[in-house]
Amino acid sequence: MNVNTPELEDVAPVTGEKGRPVWIWFLLGILFGITLTEAEVISWFRIQEMFRFQAFHMYGIIGSAIAVAAASNLLLKRRKMPTQLCEEPAAIAPPKTGWGRRYWIGGTIFGIGWALTGACPGPLFALIGGGVTVMLVAVAAALAGTWTYGYLRTRLPH
Amino acid sequence: MPEFVSHTWPWYVAGPIIGLFVPLLRLIGDKRLGISGNLRHLCAAILPGRIGLFQYDWKKSGSWNLVFLLGVTAGGFIGVRLPGTHDIAISPETKTALAALGIHDFSGLVPQEWIGWHALLTVKGFVSIVIGGFLVGFGTAYAGGCTSGHAISGLSEFQWPSLLAVIGFFAGGLLATWLLLPLLAGSL
Repeated sequence: MNVNTPELEDVAPVTGEKGRPVWIWFLLGILFGITLTEAEVISWFRIQEMFRFQAFHMYGIIGSAIAVAAASNLLLKRRKMPTQLCEEPAAIAPPKTGWGRRYWIGGTIFGIGWALTGACPGPLFALIGGGVTVMLVAVAAALAGTWTYGYLRTRLPH
Repeated sequence: MPEFVSHTWPWYVAGPIIGLFVPLLRLIGDKRLGISGNLRHLCAAILPGRIGLFQYDWKKSGSWNLVFLLGVTAGGFIGVRLPGTHDIAISPETKTALAALGIHDFSGLVPQEWIGWHALLTVKGFVSIVIGGFLVGFGTAYAGGCTSGHAISGLSEFQWPSLLAVIGFFAGGLLATWLLLPLLAGSL
């Protein structure tokens, strides 16, 4: 299996900087945060329910979100797809192995953290807003984790 | 107001709304949904060290996303204040399983016994919050995305790397749920 790792190369920044006013992103973020909260995606209990396969709720949310996003992408096909993954342009491209090790190793590490905190990055911040202020510590720890990855990056398998 | 507003939003309402953020962000500003990129932007903005991963113009590429994240935080603040019951209606099987781990209070968004300022210096609180948070930051940076960036954005683009990452997410989550949480439950 050969896995493309386009985002590890020196990709250009997202094209089409349209310079939208900043409040648009804030409003969209609010809608996103309200949705995560009202559907209980930010609940530690829901994440446990998901990892124990005891309800359809989270699978329905993630599955229908992917379906709607994929359908939208197909409808908008003529527009050029953003090529990067989560990352913004990388400064250093570590050697490629073609096995996508970073994805499943990194993914597994994140998965452990997801189940331990009961929150992925978006919900961590929504929880802080929702009054679970101890998640400020989790965010600080997450920043330390991201920084540590940056520090060790060239020595890790990718 | 529709009936669901005062209850837990069902998956078929919340899922499509979340999915619509992919075309919305794309159409409005050619942006790609991905929350964990913000951890990198924040590192670039506030943490010291000449590290390649953080040497870029975070204001130019990340400002929109950091503002989006601020909105998500505000959304949590508003969400918990919206009218309606906020008793988590998790399945009875999950309640039974969690009770075996010593979790009996199912009110709120997190288990009071494990997660909170008072629990931070207990073994299970520290591991859940500090170690868990660290692994979230390390793992998402390593994998280049989180639930939004890989599971929603990536899978909706049929990206192989994202499928590998999402398989990893679940492998790790299952490992922690079935192996680590029982161990932690026995700790102080």
